Amino acid sequence: MFTYLLKRLIEMIPTLIGITLISFFIIQLAPGKPTDVLADLNPKMTPEARERLEKYYNLDKPTHVQYWMWLKRVVKLDFGDSFSTDRRPVWTKIKERLSITILINSLALLLIFIIAIPIGVSSAVRPYSVYDKITTIIVFIGFAIPTFWFALLLMILFGVNLHWLPISGLKSMGYEGFSAFGKIWDKVNHLILPVTLEAFGGLAGLSRYMRSNMLEVIRQDYIMTARAKGLPETKVIYKHALRNALLPVITILGLSIPGLIGGSVIFENIFGIPGMGQLFYQAVMMRDYPVIMGVLTIGAILTLVGNLLADIGYALADPRIRAR
Amino acid sequence: MGESANSLSVSPFLPLFRSFNYMTQPTLKNLFWHRFKKNRLAVIGGIIVFGLFAVSIFAPFIAPHNPDAINVKHVLESPSFSHLFGTDDLGRDILSRVIYGSRISLSVGFVAVGIATVIGIIFGALSGYYGGWFDTVIMRFVDIMLSIPTFFLILAVIAMLEPGIWNIMIVIGITSWMGVARLVRAEFLSLKEREFVLAARALGASDLRIIFRHILPNAMSPVLVSAVLGIAGAVLVESALSFLGIGVQPPTASWGNILTIGKDNIEIAWWISVFPGLAIFVTVLAYNLLGEGIRDSIDPRLKI
Amino acid sequence: MLTFARQSSNRWSCWRGFNRAFVLIISLSTACCLLPTVLTGCTRIDKEANAAQAANNNTTTTPAYGDTIVEGTIGEPSVLIPMLAGDASSHNVAGLIINGLVKYDKDLSLIGDLAESWDISKDGLTITFRLRKGVRWTDGVEFTAHDVMFGYKTIIYEKTPTPYSEDFKQVKKAEAINKYTFRVTYEKPFAPALSSWGNLVVLPKHLLEGKDITKSELGRHPVGMGPYKFVKWTPGQEVVLESNPDYFEGRPYIDRYMYRIIPDPATMFLELKAGGIDWMGLTPIQYTKQTNTPYFEKNFKKYRYPAPVYTYMGLNLCLKRDKTTGQCIEKHPWFSDKRVRQAIAYAIDKQEIVDGVLFGLGSPATGSFVPNTWSYNPNVKKYEHNPEKAKQLLAEAGWKDTDGDNVLDKDGRPFEFTILTNQGNSVRINTATIIQWRLAQIGIKVKVRTLEWSTFINEFIDKRRFEAVVLGWSLGLDPDQYDIWHSSKTKEKEFNFVSYNNPEVDALLEKGRGTFDIEKRKKAYFRIQEILADELPYIFLYVPDATPVVHSRFKGIAPAPLIGMGYNIHKWYVPEDLQRHKVIP
Repeated sequence: MFTYLLKRLIEMIPTLIGITLISFFIIQLAPGKPTDVLADLNPKMTPEARERLEKYYNLDKPTHVQYWMWLKRVVKLDFGDSFSTDRRPVWTKIKERLSITILINSLALLLIFIIAIPIGVSSAVRPYSVYDKITTIIVFIGFAIPTFWFALLLMILFGVNLHWLPISGLKSMGYEGFSAFGKIWDKVNHLILPVTLEAFGGLAGLSRYMRSNMLEVIRQDYIMTARAKGLPETKVIYKHALRNALLPVITILGLSIPGLIGGSVIFENIFGIPGMGQLFYQAVMMRDYPVIMGVLTIGAILTLVGNLLADIGYALADPRIRAR
Repeated sequence: MGESANSLSVSPFLPLFRSFNYMTQPTLKNLFWHRFKKNRLAVIGGIIVFGLFAVSIFAPFIAPHNPDAINVKHVLESPSFSHLFGTDDLGRDILSRVIYGSRISLSVGFVAVGIATVIGIIFGALSGYYGGWFDTVIMRFVDIMLSIPTFFLILAVIAMLEPGIWNIMIVIGITSWMGVARLVRAEFLSLKEREFVLAARALGASDLRIIFRHILPNAMSPVLVSAVLGIAGAVLVESALSFLGIGVQPPTASWGNILTIGKDNIEIAWWISVFPGLAIFVTVLAYNLLGEGIRDSIDPRLKI
Repeated sequence: MLTFARQSSNRWSCWRGFNRAFVLIISLSTACCLLPTVLTGCTRIDKEANAAQAANNNTTTTPAYGDTIVEGTIGEPSVLIPMLAGDASSHNVAGLIINGLVKYDKDLSLIGDLAESWDISKDGLTITFRLRKGVRWTDGVEFTAHDVMFGYKTIIYEKTPTPYSEDFKQVKKAEAINKYTFRVTYEKPFAPALSSWGNLVVLPKHLLEGKDITKSELGRHPVGMGPYKFVKWTPGQEVVLESNPDYFEGRPYIDRYMYRIIPDPATMFLELKAGGIDWMGLTPIQYTKQTNTPYFEKNFKKYRYPAPVYTYMGLNLCLKRDKTTGQCIEKHPWFSDKRVRQAIAYAIDKQEIVDGVLFGLGSPATGSFVPNTWSYNPNVKKYEHNPEKAKQLLAEAGWKDTDGDNVLDKDGRPFEFTILTNQGNSVRINTATIIQWRLAQIGIKVKVRTLEWSTFINEFIDKRRFEAVVLGWSLGLDPDQYDIWHSSKTKEKEFNFVSYNNPEVDALLEKGRGTFDIEKRKKAYFRIQEILADELPYIFLYVPDATPVVHSRFKGIAPAPLIGMGYNIHKWYVPEDLQRHKVIP
């Protein structure tokens, strides 16, 4: 187990370097010399600020030197200052948005797992039945319906007509005066719509995966054997089959992590949630390179860490790997 | 299996029709059709996809109006006989715009997925066949690409380039090949030790010939399935980009940019967003049902 | 002195102190109040609104302290120091916190704000401001002439990244005579001088002296002396202000002001209806089609008034420029021909745009000046929709369809060009789309490309990489348009970005800003408008009205044409029984 961990850790290093290379590459993609773009980016950029930037990216040096110098700073989470008029450090801007994005996305992910796994399993048990078809259609509705459209409909219903839920943002007026419980309740109210909607959109992937996984497991020899032994069908399905079908889900969990940090741009705009998606979209639109590179790099690093955790989880759960 | 050698095609979509040659034994082919036909949702999906093709090819003949014709006297009109889907905020006919929009969605889906599939096949095949350091490097690269949120990557690259239909196709393509590469590699790992490969090698076939003429055709079915599912994904990404205003530029109709107009008028003109939304939904659903249907029917291990 | 703002404000008035800047507006589709225009008149305030106001006044209520007003905005402010900010959001908020020396009254006259009074010397070269005594910054330190002097020095300091230094470079000498007297002397008569002393140059010297202004905390935690003082800024969510009890014009009635950032226009409108915000700018569609329900009319009041803005299509008259001087080396072969520009004007149906895009909330623009002000000349050449005339003018200029592809050509080149405009502003994108449609009918093929605002300005306008643009100017109330039309203003980032060059206009512009004699100025500006209408360096499109909406519990709102509604925000109130939000201290 320990060697396995060590191996995974060592494997992360080249991946990390690769990620920083790609982020760095983005800046080189810009039309014209990067110096031009950087220097002219902001009409109000003083010569001094321009100089600072050139120094920061060592734009007078060869590319590999630039990359090396940049990398050394990134290790210390120093991504420079944003190009937008507020000139704030990139790390500060990311930090204040990271937690809300992770919160919303993990809640949504949790909801997806809670709902999608039973749907997938139960429809695999009765493949091609009416139940299977209906759930198929429902999860695909979630997948393919335009998010914003559904979101606006729910906002009109619950926010404007029924007044049950707030429409957008993260807190109500007078939030500061609420009791601790009131604050939590207020947050929950604000999160219900975005989290539910996001989860609805994500059901299809996992439930379909679960379904085909389960179908596969059900016709394995050991299930046949279990059936042949005369075990009751429910026990066969829920004890033997399910457990084996669930294993790969841990990997799926690992793969969902980029989505955790990613956040959906359209979602965040509609709900007025100041998350990473919004930050990144604005940065991209304004060609705010330091922010773009910062978000890509940090997102990727967090993903790697998440993947590592998922792998460890997998190793712990799967005796075949544990034994190695 | 000797027949399979003939079914090679670099285009990922030709196999849709040709790679089944390796099932020329009547039983297998019949089995596929038998299974596929039994899956009614998949058949419906197939018919819808076929219908979409017809609509986009014959758009000029089907569309009742010029999709770009502006008429400010008929702004935001609800569906009627002259405008079956109503009109948008410039008085353009929504039905015609949705019909023409199908061209964008279809071409984005196919070109983007085509690019992704070609890249994925090349990397996956070489990686799986040769193994060793080459495999390590490629798979590491796949890991890296997978660890960056894809939509972010697409946004970043689109912003650097000019928005436009071709750039969108290319960018979606080069950011979504990783799954195919993994699939192909896995197939290669198991196929490369099989007798027919060993036989070909013994006969002195070159590596390239073995990869592309012997192994690849046998590895195509999962790729085909993932391609069909990938088209659905690409259609959604395009509509999201157009929705954000960095996709197809006006006045060209795309489902995504009709939706954008619909969003701002959702309370007074439901028809602007409902029809393109429905179009996206039906298309994505059709591709998914078709893809899953093909997968279920192709997989010989699946019991019926 | 022009600024580019990303989005227009809901109200003019909060541009207190920001009197004279031109703002290149890009209103994002929603927030914009500026979208709308005016032709018919300065005095046109919507009847509906008038009736509502009358009703409002009848139910005489007594002003009471309390409650919170929440304004919705699409764009987040960037920095709350006026001289550093280029966007309307920042100026909206900063305008409530920091006052200027002078401001416009609702009858468009200049009145004192932080300055109690002023003297202008006979030759018009020297202005002596006498400042109010006893005004304090909200941190308790007294506001004095030294703060203004410090602000002036900062704005002309070459390393200060400000777009507004131009007017202040006309100053020959500035001095703080004593704590309450500030005097400036100009090189030559400069008509817009007085109006330039708004809040751009008011800085707290005691907090900033010796510091780098761009690094200062004040950008995000400003200190001022205006009706409201800064409380909190939650990035991406809101900026909260509370009333300044020591405000020199009296404590504002409304205790709190909140500026909520809601990036999506559709969501913002739902928030309005659900009570999440009280005040926003309506789009033309919202104003005309979505706000007529009994519920809406009972709970909200819509306003409509002319705003000093207009939208135009600018054509790049120059193909190649000298990098350093900005002088045009090679003229654009198509657009530099007056007949081509006039043909395009004839091909576009302005009324169609006003009806179809603004839903009648505005009027066709005839020129570059603010209608219904003293400098506006209504009797200039107008271009009615006339495609035949357009084709004829193009034929005269050598454009004919020789290859039968329905696109005109000349010397083997088809007449094709791209119009750039900004993303997210559906009014402007629709305008460009209509133009595209109309020009196709006379054989000109147009592509439309939308760009994010800052990229649009920095990469395309500033660097002159465009053929045509659809954009808006928001004008100062002083008619000086030297920066827009003078041929010396064509360098990179200057505002004559189409490279218009007419020696007669140059001379008239200099004359207009170089005298205080209003009759002489008027004559010069009238002539300029005649020339512009004939030569069409821009195709003037429309003047939109401002169409904000406010919850009906707020009383005392009295919008004035061109000035807007925010000028008396400290007098707005909510009667005690209607107050909704209690402020928890």
